[in-house]
Amino acid sequence: MSERTQKTYLLNMGPQHPAMHGVVHLVLELEGERIVDTKVEIGYLHRAFEKHAESETWNNVVPWTDRLNYVSPLINNVGYAMAVETLAGITVPERGQYIRVIACEISRVTDHLTCVGASAMELGSLTVFLYLIKAREYLYQLVDQLTGARITTNFTRVGGVKGDLPADFAEKFRAVAAKVRECLRDSDALLTRNRIFMDRVEGTGVISKETAAAYGITGPFLRSTGVPYDVRRAHPYLVYDRFDFEIPVGSTGDNYDRYLVRMAEIEQSLRIVEQALAQIPDGKHSLEPAEIKYAYELEDMGKRGDTELISKYAAKVDQTLEGMGKDAAAGTRAPNRWATMPTKEQTYTNIEGLMNHFELVMWSWGIKIPPGQSYSAVEGGNGELGFHVVSDGTDGPYRVRCRPPCLYIMAALPQMLNGAQIADIIPTFGSVNMIAGELDR
Amino acid sequence: MNAAQGERRDIPAQSNHEALSALKAEGYNVLVDLTCVDYLPQGKSPRFDVIYRLMKFDLDGGNDLGRVEVHCSVDDKPVLRSVSDLWPIADWLEREVWDMFGVAFADRPDIKRLLMYEEFVGHALRKDYPIGKRQPLIGPKDGNLPMSPSFNILKPTIVGE
Repeated sequence: MSERTQKTYLLNMGPQHPAMHGVVHLVLELEGERIVDTKVEIGYLHRAFEKHAESETWNNVVPWTDRLNYVSPLINNVGYAMAVETLAGITVPERGQYIRVIACEISRVTDHLTCVGASAMELGSLTVFLYLIKAREYLYQLVDQLTGARITTNFTRVGGVKGDLPADFAEKFRAVAAKVRECLRDSDALLTRNRIFMDRVEGTGVISKETAAAYGITGPFLRSTGVPYDVRRAHPYLVYDRFDFEIPVGSTGDNYDRYLVRMAEIEQSLRIVEQALAQIPDGKHSLEPAEIKYAYELEDMGKRGDTELISKYAAKVDQTLEGMGKDAAAGTRAPNRWATMPTKEQTYTNIEGLMNHFELVMWSWGIKIPPGQSYSAVEGGNGELGFHVVSDGTDGPYRVRCRPPCLYIMAALPQMLNGAQIADIIPTFGSVNMIAGELDR
Repeated sequence: MNAAQGERRDIPAQSNHEALSALKAEGYNVLVDLTCVDYLPQGKSPRFDVIYRLMKFDLDGGNDLGRVEVHCSVDDKPVLRSVSDLWPIADWLEREVWDMFGVAFADRPDIKRLLMYEEFVGHALRKDYPIGKRQPLIGPKDGNLPMSPSFNILKPTIVGE
């Protein structure tokens, strides 16, 4: 009887739905075209990132962080490495910090381009999608030259980055930035005052800043409500306090504001990269493994007459104090500032580099981080990307917790959808920029 | 100590709701994160450490005015009370803590898993959950790995295997 009198009906949207990028399941209770209630089911892309990290060494977790937010993998790499370095008390050389900033900002641009392009396509503007994906492809090629891969970057190491900037990177970036800006201009001309686009996005998916804060939402989503919170400003990490950039904010918190905020942030990120490339100092990009030799090796060097080399090395005298050969690998295993992987150039060209690399990746021989826990946050493409890292003093994490920024937005999705029309799901969900890899981990 | 981590405070699990609502009244208005760590191999009792990460957030200026990291020690008995009435996001985060660690909440007896499916047996992020364990829905039924070499078998340091 109750079924007959019921006026609403249920509609399953997803897990696989052509208008929704990413695997997510919405259970909608509908009254005609109007949404009465929404339930969000997630977890379809759960890959046990946190469990997997517990069985890896510290550096071996970095490749799995690529798969979290796979449209801005470099930010994840940096976020994880920074959390481990905070715990270990390591500071990366300044050049390495600049390279990380450059990598992060290029990734942020690709993240926003994907989000804006995909939501524009879902609203019928395939041309804008093609323009923006073309721009993203230019940046991916740049990332390819920097890291060796377009998406699975695996760029950071504890204590540094994989390698230095490639030759002529600044000129290449300038050329790419000009092309990206041209694509942005074209897309802006096609979308920003487009009546069809504005009818779909203006006033839909509205969220107030109080609700956004109650749900812990950060990033462009929070900024579209008018709150200028950005981790790069609130807790300046790396060298972000040295750049001149603005934090674009919206006013009403609707889909249109989120589109505008993202478009403005792309320009700000390009500006940061330009400033970083102008300011970047020379020097080492990563910490290097210990340049330490045993005292008896230095003696042998003296006997051979290699006296000019002796001053290059620090003497290690524990053979007389603790016994010959005891803890021979302490220089690379100790939780000190030497805790870093040698660069690929070192690994592939000389035996010390190869041996250091080999020792560092062997089980229970790798770098050891002192026991304790730390939380460190970076501004990801979708908001505050945090890593809570717990160490028990061994060569791998005891626990890694990733705070995925888009989980908080997905939890608040019913607040934006209830009371709206079915057609509003598409722009609202598009502006969430749900990345299932990060949401489900 | 970095500013994003905030100062650590330990509160008794029995009065977590009172302590957290007092903190909210003090101005910590954003629940940044809620997670858990299992200390079973280290012999800690109670074994779980539930961590609430709060932020004092200035909504108009967008400034972070300070953070605090609240720790509660619990075992898997339902002692903690839900804080989803203080911060609605706690609903999902508590579901995740239940899903991954099996930490129950006293006033949410029929709490639902967040990431895993209903038929999943056990709680995956517990330290005594073997990484290579097979689920009944996936098979084989005895829970052992099928005979194929994998890196998970070669690794020596996994607890519980």
